[in-house]
Amino acid sequence: MGLTMAEKMFSRCLGSEVKAGNYVVVPVDKAMCHEGFLLSSIKLMTAGIEKIWDPGRVVVILDHYVPSPNVGMAEGHAQIRKMVEKYGVSNFYGEREGICHQVMVEKGHVKPGELIVGTDSHTGTYGALGAGATGIGTSEMAYVLATGELWFLVPHSIKVKLKGQLPEMVSAKDVSLALAGRYGTEFAQYRSIEFGGDWLDGLPISSRLVMSNMSIEFGAKFGLFPVDQITVEYLKSIGVDDVPHFGPDDDAEYEKEFELIVSDLEPLVALPHSVGNVKPVRSIAGKPVQQAMLGSCTNGRLEDLQAAAQILKGRQVHSSVRMYVYPASRPVFIEAAAKGFIQTLLEAGAIICPPSCGPCFGSHGGLLASGEACISSTNRNFKGRMGSPNSEVYLASPATVAASAIFGRITDPREVA
Amino acid sequence: MHVQGRAWIFGDNIDTDLIVPGQYLASPLEETVKHAFEAIDPDFAKEVKPGDVIVAGSNFGCGSSRENAPQVIKHLGIGCILAESFARIFFRNAIAIGLPTLTINSISGKVKRHDMIDISLENGEVYLADSGEKFLADPLPQKMYEIIEAGGIDGLLKNIAKG
Repeated sequence: MGLTMAEKMFSRCLGSEVKAGNYVVVPVDKAMCHEGFLLSSIKLMTAGIEKIWDPGRVVVILDHYVPSPNVGMAEGHAQIRKMVEKYGVSNFYGEREGICHQVMVEKGHVKPGELIVGTDSHTGTYGALGAGATGIGTSEMAYVLATGELWFLVPHSIKVKLKGQLPEMVSAKDVSLALAGRYGTEFAQYRSIEFGGDWLDGLPISSRLVMSNMSIEFGAKFGLFPVDQITVEYLKSIGVDDVPHFGPDDDAEYEKEFELIVSDLEPLVALPHSVGNVKPVRSIAGKPVQQAMLGSCTNGRLEDLQAAAQILKGRQVHSSVRMYVYPASRPVFIEAAAKGFIQTLLEAGAIICPPSCGPCFGSHGGLLASGEACISSTNRNFKGRMGSPNSEVYLASPATVAASAIFGRITDPREVA
Repeated sequence: MHVQGRAWIFGDNIDTDLIVPGQYLASPLEETVKHAFEAIDPDFAKEVKPGDVIVAGSNFGCGSSRENAPQVIKHLGIGCILAESFARIFFRNAIAIGLPTLTINSISGKVKRHDMIDISLENGEVYLADSGEKFLADPLPQKMYEIIEAGGIDGLLKNIAKG
């Protein structure tokens, strides 16, 4: 029997063949920390550990509390800088670069087949480039920083076959919502997802990043795309050459297979308070929203801003709505400005914010009052996620967010196209 | 190790924002714990006692990798979480800070709020004092036991520092 991508990766890390169900202690290739680095490094200090395993393999990125919303977080950022210096972390990106996952990918820190851990649940995003990446907490990160190793259950793998071509105004976000709606938010618990099917042929990296990013919302440990020509070309474009071919063996063993015909999809929305509570946009059209949020590690890339700008061109965000735009990174912001998307969004009345996590996880930068609703391109709509426990978040694609912003009501983007 | 206390009942898909809302993440722990589960059970943080037990359905702790989630639960004195299944990162984080978690397939619906529960962590035996029913949890992987026995990752780090 052949090996899945997860089995291949853990076998390479361990130096001998392992199969799904084995427990292993293995070296990781990279460790990514956002502001969680503060808690991890304090743990190291407290224990009396003066050196980290390999400062060149550690990346620290500030994104969750940017710009610092209060004095406490300003102190936190200052302390992180001291810790970065103390432990000699080679790769540090301050407030200016953007959301950690986008920065990791854009700066070439992610390569196919690597095992990468990060102090953020959406670390799985790097699966778009064929990297086995997954979220851990700050204590486990402290252990990784000290030793370079961590224990893992080699996960069973499931195949998710995506077939056909997307209709107009339907995007990768709708595909991920369709999976959550159909199979629930736990169908990939502890599992490694390997995406397949002919939809992947020519699928841009931006769409793959959305799918891998949302895989944690189905419980997955990894959300993996096999390396193909698109991966190689993308990595080349950011200066990463000699990309290893990385994919499953033809006779790899999968626990289960799922299939979704993407040609049949329409714009979807996840209603409060579960990512799995998915309905067609048209079935809830007309629901008033006070906020529209475009951005995040899920949908803040150039293609997402473009989709919104195309819909908002020559139109206005409704007077009852504040629309926040958080580009995923500085390069995304620069390119969106150069292509005129930022101009279009500003003219439409959107508020452009600095590349960062923004209100996505409820800390600052556009929180919701009780009784308010937000149509959002982010990844979670849990109760109280974006502010008051009595507010509501509706998850949708950038196109649906933009269309809804025009009318102040949830709107099917096909109606304004 | 024995855990004995009252049950607090939660359903399926209890997410990390319900356990600890994002707006309180950067607050001191003593402040953060007051808001634990407030959107679904405002009495919990006020009335929970050391040794009490959380009994939940499937996918407990889904969502964020924030370690504050198991941390507030431990800080409030919960001795063990019993659930039909745990979200992966929460499970790892709980073990990492030395908060016992046990997976039991069929426990949801068998326990009422404030029923007395007795748990033997070594062998995973769960005894419901009121109904006299007994359950057996899935065994924890050996590595996970070692971490709990060491007092969580903090204990492991101290051992590393000692060399």
